[in-house]
Amino acid sequence: MKNIAQVIEDTAAQLLKIAATKLPTEVKETLVDSEEKTVGVLGRSQLQAINENVRIAELSSKPMCQDTGLVSFFVKIGDKFPLRSEVKTALIKATKKATSDVPLRPNAVDMFKGNTKNNVGLRGYVPWFYFDLAEGDSLEIIALPKGGGSSNVGKMKMVPPGKGIKGVKEFVVEALAAAGPLACPPYTVGVGVGGGEDMCMNLAKKALLRPLFVYHEDETIADLEKELLHTLNKLEIGAMGLGEGPSILDVHMEFAARHPASLPVGVVISCWALRHAGATIDNEGNVNWHIH
Amino acid sequence: MDYYLTTPISPEKLKEIKIGDIVYVTGTIVTARDEAHLKALELHKEGKKPPVDFEGIGLFHCGPVMKKNENDEWTVVAAGPTTSARMEIFQDEFIKTFHPGIIIGKGGMGERTTKACQEEACIYGYFTGGAALLAADRIKKVKDVFWLEELGMPECLWVYEVENFGPLTVTIDTHGGNLTDESKKKIEENKKKILQEL
Repeated sequence: MKNIAQVIEDTAAQLLKIAATKLPTEVKETLVDSEEKTVGVLGRSQLQAINENVRIAELSSKPMCQDTGLVSFFVKIGDKFPLRSEVKTALIKATKKATSDVPLRPNAVDMFKGNTKNNVGLRGYVPWFYFDLAEGDSLEIIALPKGGGSSNVGKMKMVPPGKGIKGVKEFVVEALAAAGPLACPPYTVGVGVGGGEDMCMNLAKKALLRPLFVYHEDETIADLEKELLHTLNKLEIGAMGLGEGPSILDVHMEFAARHPASLPVGVVISCWALRHAGATIDNEGNVNWHIH
Repeated sequence: MDYYLTTPISPEKLKEIKIGDIVYVTGTIVTARDEAHLKALELHKEGKKPPVDFEGIGLFHCGPVMKKNENDEWTVVAAGPTTSARMEIFQDEFIKTFHPGIIIGKGGMGERTTKACQEEACIYGYFTGGAALLAADRIKKVKDVFWLEELGMPECLWVYEVENFGPLTVTIDTHGGNLTDESKKKIEENKKKILQEL
């Protein structure tokens, strides 16, 4: 019988390593494709540098960016999976382990006591967990480390409900225009609509996990995603904000029901390095790595 | 046009360079983010000198990932630029006080920095954001580190010896030019157009 807590720890540490060193295939291919399609020298040279950097990262198993992010995990626990609170303990251990092994940059800073040096906060909360319950006997873990530069341009607004979907679009356009060159474009954009002031941000972040060019199963929302992708690229931010090449690789949206008086909209922006990796562990401790 | 610069870079050389040019730096660059800027300026106010002479060298907005090798020497794992805009609030004072030759970062900087670059002969070189391994490849030696215990790995001063560090796109020159500002203005105009058409 395998030590399942140990399997979780090792798997999650490996997921943090995969996320930091290797881009999901479709992101990598889209960036290479963008380089070939970009005509201007400034934009093309930026995309060339990005792609060369991605290649070095994968070959040398080193983090593609020095900002290896603030760590969060999306976790789905099956009804019959043997562990509960120990999952959390194992993921915290995994974060410490990956910090020294990969290595990841120590990014957890306590407001009063300084950098904790192991990416784990002194007061809980970091790494941050999104827990969900599911049927079945397995555990799904997705590691999402997110860089500070692109988190700094995230935005949330309580749009007046009377403005409707147009108000949502306006706010997304404004958020991306404000991000401009600041957060390493080309960007991938997650938009969360509805819920409360916190839920829309959570949904926006979750939307980033959907593979590029896989649109929402609801056709109305899928059309809106495609429309926003087209619209946002008209901002002409360009690679690294120099006005040439793609501005936005893709837009994903998630919708929750809203309060009649509220229309919360959250916008979470990822830099070109859209990093995440996932795996599923069954109740015997066998690991199934998600396609990356 | 491409320029190959060696530190300390003279003001005369810097004045030849214009926005849109590409430069490569050989010599010394020092990492400094928010905390290091503040600390260096505080020391200066107290009449003390920071441990590094910044004159004519590269000031790199970067919080690297460093690791000690088997000989207990520091090596660079990843060292790409951080968002420079955060340093806008004190960069002009830093330039006027310490006279670095080139600020290296990403995302560009604002009006205050542009003005200081014009007055003091300094330029801003845009390194591809996130290209941390390309940058690490051009760092030939870790010469020194200061304030590591106090500020931590990302915020302290790492002194690097670099060879052809770049390509750096010049987005602020000594003539008041600011390429990312131009780009931002265009984005702003496009935004207005898009909002009208929605």
